Amino acid sequence: MITFSFDGKSYTAHEGDTLAAALLRNGVGLVGRSFKYHRPRGIMTAGVEEPNALVTIGEGGRTEPNTRATDVFVYEGLVAKSQNRWPNLSFDVGSVLGLAAPALSAGFYYKTFFGSAKKWMFYEYFIRKAAGLGNAPTQTDPDRFSQRAAFCDLLVIGSGPAGMQAAVEAAEGGKRVILVEQDNILAPSLLRDPQAQDAAWIKATAERIRAAGGRILTRTTASGYWEHDLVTLTQRIAEPGQIPPHNVAQCLWHVRASHVILATGSIERPMAFAHNDRPGVMLSQAVRTYVRRFGVVPGKRAAIATNNDDAYKTAQALKDAGAHIVAIIDARPSPAGAGSGFRVYNNAVPLSTKGAQHCLKSVTALVDGKTVSWDADLMAVSGGFTPVVHLHMQAGGTLDWNEHAQAFVPAASRQNVTTIGGAADPQAIFKMVPVSSPKKSFIDFQNDVTLADVDLAWAEGYRSVEHLKRYTTLGMATDQGKLSNMAALGRLAEKQGVAIPEAGLTTFRPPYTPVTMGLIAGAGAKDAGAHIRRLALYDLHAAKNPIWQPLGYWFRPRAYPTGGETLAQAALREAKAVRTQVGMTDVSTLAKFEISGPDAAAFLEIICATTVSKLAVGRGRYTFMLREDGIVFDDGTVWRLDENRYLLTSSTGGADRMATHISYVRQVLCPQMRVSAVNVQEHYAGIAVAGPKAKSVLAALIGEEPPRHMSTVPASIAGVPVIILAASYSGERAFEIYVDASEAEAVWAACETQVKEVGGALYGLEAMEFLRIEKGHLVVGGEVDGRMTPHDLALDKMLNKAGGYVGASGLARPALAETGRRQLVGLEAIEGDIPEGAMLVTQEGASPVGHVSAAAFRIIEGGSVALGQLTDGFARHGEELIATSPTRGQKARVRVVAPHFYDAAGERYRD
Amino acid sequence: MMQFACPHCGPRAQAEFVYERTVDSVVALDAPPEEAMRTLFTRNNPRGVDDEIWRHTYGCRAWMVITRHRVTNEISAIRAVGPEALI
Repeated sequence: MITFSFDGKSYTAHEGDTLAAALLRNGVGLVGRSFKYHRPRGIMTAGVEEPNALVTIGEGGRTEPNTRATDVFVYEGLVAKSQNRWPNLSFDVGSVLGLAAPALSAGFYYKTFFGSAKKWMFYEYFIRKAAGLGNAPTQTDPDRFSQRAAFCDLLVIGSGPAGMQAAVEAAEGGKRVILVEQDNILAPSLLRDPQAQDAAWIKATAERIRAAGGRILTRTTASGYWEHDLVTLTQRIAEPGQIPPHNVAQCLWHVRASHVILATGSIERPMAFAHNDRPGVMLSQAVRTYVRRFGVVPGKRAAIATNNDDAYKTAQALKDAGAHIVAIIDARPSPAGAGSGFRVYNNAVPLSTKGAQHCLKSVTALVDGKTVSWDADLMAVSGGFTPVVHLHMQAGGTLDWNEHAQAFVPAASRQNVTTIGGAADPQAIFKMVPVSSPKKSFIDFQNDVTLADVDLAWAEGYRSVEHLKRYTTLGMATDQGKLSNMAALGRLAEKQGVAIPEAGLTTFRPPYTPVTMGLIAGAGAKDAGAHIRRLALYDLHAAKNPIWQPLGYWFRPRAYPTGGETLAQAALREAKAVRTQVGMTDVSTLAKFEISGPDAAAFLEIICATTVSKLAVGRGRYTFMLREDGIVFDDGTVWRLDENRYLLTSSTGGADRMATHISYVRQVLCPQMRVSAVNVQEHYAGIAVAGPKAKSVLAALIGEEPPRHMSTVPASIAGVPVIILAASYSGERAFEIYVDASEAEAVWAACETQVKEVGGALYGLEAMEFLRIEKGHLVVGGEVDGRMTPHDLALDKMLNKAGGYVGASGLARPALAETGRRQLVGLEAIEGDIPEGAMLVTQEGASPVGHVSAAAFRIIEGGSVALGQLTDGFARHGEELIATSPTRGQKARVRVVAPHFYDAAGERYRD
Repeated sequence: MMQFACPHCGPRAQAEFVYERTVDSVVALDAPPEEAMRTLFTRNNPRGVDDEIWRHTYGCRAWMVITRHRVTNEISAIRAVGPEALI
């Protein structure tokens, strides 16, 4: 015996029970409240198609809402709760909505509230609270979800007799086979309907499949069929809410199969009649499943409504279990059902049911035009069979209409998939038309859609099945219309006066049954979703306890506060050290490419919009790169290290994009060039040393005269070979030292000793930002924002006159030379501090004419300065504007100036 | 998720590849401005077979041209591009 609880009350279950079977075993008929009208609902099915018996399973982070009670196997200690009820399931205040049902018909919310946005804003809260399913858990799921890939020659989905036979034949024929079953046992349908293949056959066949190398996965649902025969399987290792054996609750399989066989069977259809959603009304095969598989008899006096032969097996099963069959309501004319031994009413269709909220009391039918009622506590319904064609359709298949079965069956497929068994050849049924009151005849139980809603949609002009679906929300619940779509199609076809196949179909989309979000995330959740790359010098920085800043997927020190400094105080101290003494910083994350070969210069003149070929060996220069449409997308420096060997640097954030661009140009546009382009971003660590004392610091480090500005030399620091680039981002005389990342620590330590000796400091990204803004240097993602041409950034004088670079054609577009473009300007505060990101306006309330891309302070003198983009800004120097940030409530009066606030002539680079 | 037979690595999942553009939207370096802009902005979008450039970014990083039917996803040809393909 297994103990579990439902709504706080303890019950016992048998080994192998689903929660639904265990609740029925304990006489619990009322399991949930419906989505919209809060109608009492019980258990309708015995499978994944269950629309009514949705419960919340588990506690804390393991809580799983909207779990079908028919699709969870009871384990010791299982905790289940009903949903969508307040204060409790039996007495639910929301059920008064049911009394107002006529008012809540299709489109009710739209019609009532969409006229007035204010009304909707007010009522939305209450509507969302009243209509709904379970609540999402608020705690973190403590379990892990894994993912794995597999390959096979044949994937068989469904382990009924047809599926098992196909699997064993293929496996013994030498094929790699995977057989999956969503239930926790193989061939569960054989327990419902015993055939020649008995338990011994199932066991022997499974053993043969395994012996031939096949893999069998139970409790595994094929949830999606994707392109090129990829099928995703969701494997439950633990039941919902259960503590998994090895922390792994579920596994998502990506199976690439050469061939897929679908032996997915069919789903029984309900019938539409008044109060067909009452607890006690169940699908016929489900009743048979509970009786034969679980040994639970859901009622003592059963009425059966059918349009086919299959339901007679249910009558027999109930009779064998000791229940009384009060009537078989058979839609077919005589002699259907004759000789069955049961009381059969032919030409009979169900009209309605009566009962209390926990149970059914009577059933009424129309028999040959006359109304007849029976006392019954169970009604088993069989409205026909819908083949499970979901995977076939997800694979891009088409359907044929089977008139005998009144069902769609798989036809052609563009993938390697075959459907066999009951899904390909469903049982014949008698076509019947609902005659009952449409207002209480539910077709989509989970979303509370009735026949009347379909009629209303039709009356209001919704003709297409896709529109019908969205207007009524039919088929849009978590069961995705497994029980409802055919009923709605039938009604729509009836209205249109066409055959069902002409009424059209909605799209079948994955997943077949709901998939836990954690399973899709797998191990990629939390930090693993975006890996943090650590600098080669990470440990040295971490020891100084800096403020870190994410940059691309890197973390870089933003500032190194000491003695309780704030970020701003530390950054200003660091920037001052650079302006007055010397500072050093880690620039390892910059993109770096080594370009070599006889065509290296020619190749670089395609990538870069500036000239490269005129560079002498040992010299470098600033450069920038254009997109094909002529817009600047990155900038950096290019250095001629040797006759045919260059080093190109570009921005950190654009590193991957630049690597792809260089590879595209190399491989697709210029495959004939004799050039090699290697991404050396992480091969080299980089250290920048900047300030008036940088030159003397470097001379001490390398023991020779440092290179002049924009020159490069190979050298050695602390015995480690380095490349020195004399380049400056800060506006001071500066050097970038590049070193093999694995040997960077020794070089950093030597630099730090030297810098500290002359009174210098380490500086982080914040100080670097102050320095470059004051100097008027660009940053990719700031001033270079994907909208600016070289002219807009005042870089056009550097363009390669000979053209030939990527973007040269795009740049020739006449519109790029017109007036009215945003242009780079400097901004100087007249009053107030300039807020970063502020818009620029000529007067209060006017439309913006530009924006502030970066704001800082003059490092030595103080005073707020900024870089910005301003319409026709080059011609507006001297003009006064307002920089305003309404979201921050900050503004400043500014004057437009040239974007250089410090050493515009570049005197400080000269020795 | 589709599967592509990389000319260098063999069959691999689409997740390893990154789409670049169709072959007919490759702008030649020497294209006159008007032609370049036409190639870039006025593209074909056939409901049928097209030649597409993909890169095996999370594999060998090579570029290739994949001939794909854009409705059925049938792959009719895959060829390598780049210096190795010239030999």
